[in-house]
Amino acid sequence: MADVNRGNRPLSPHLTIYRPQLTSMTSIFVRLTGNALLVAMLMIVWWFVAAAAGPDAFATADGFVRSWFGDLVLFLSTWAIWYHMFGGIRHLIWDQGYMLGVKKSETAGLIMIIVSVLMTIFTVVAV
Amino acid sequence: MNFMTDRKRAVGNGSAKSGTMAHWRMTLSSVGLLILIPLFIFTFGAILGHPYAEVVAYYSRPVPAAIAALTIAVSFMHFLGGVQVLIEDYVKGLTRKALVVAMTCLSYGAAGLGVFAVLRIAL
Repeated sequence: MADVNRGNRPLSPHLTIYRPQLTSMTSIFVRLTGNALLVAMLMIVWWFVAAAAGPDAFATADGFVRSWFGDLVLFLSTWAIWYHMFGGIRHLIWDQGYMLGVKKSETAGLIMIIVSVLMTIFTVVAV
Repeated sequence: MNFMTDRKRAVGNGSAKSGTMAHWRMTLSSVGLLILIPLFIFTFGAILGHPYAEVVAYYSRPVPAAIAALTIAVSFMHFLGGVQVLIEDYVKGLTRKALVVAMTCLSYGAAGLGVFAVLRIAL
């Protein structure tokens, strides 16, 4: 079924010449942050496994997690998790049929960008 | 130009029946993580950077240990659903199957290993 008539229909403007909107960009970044967070979570699992294995293994993993590279991953992931979380809340609201209008969606998008940055600053300062 | 779309050809043939379950599982795990993630950020963040003995003592306490174990378990089920959608959107054929299998193994593997490690520290 799916092999019939692919590519012989009118297509919407290609991504490269299509003006980016706040709604599409916030959506793309929810996907990006969600998938990128896998790196930090695997690093955290390694940290826990090392802590369970003993002091020597923990020293290696803890050293990596607290190195400049691990620090950078955790810092970016802090923003990513807050952003992804607020993006998720927006999806839960959309799923119930609320805030689907363009204006409201854009307002919510702007709010989630601002709040995710504020929460990242708060987390870095508090933790 | 032919305006027949895949959707139009599919109408009337019945649904696949199981597709909504994938979405519902993501909804469930996302609500779970909504509770767990803030708790995890501030418990894990509080102990990260402390020496080995303090970390072990901290995760011997039931509440931080439970938060960590649940966050690891639920987040990897959420990762599995999310990454699978990513793979299915951009990759076709055998590569798609292989990547979905690999991601499934990685998710259950990391979740199992992580939960086991937390329990090992806690008990």
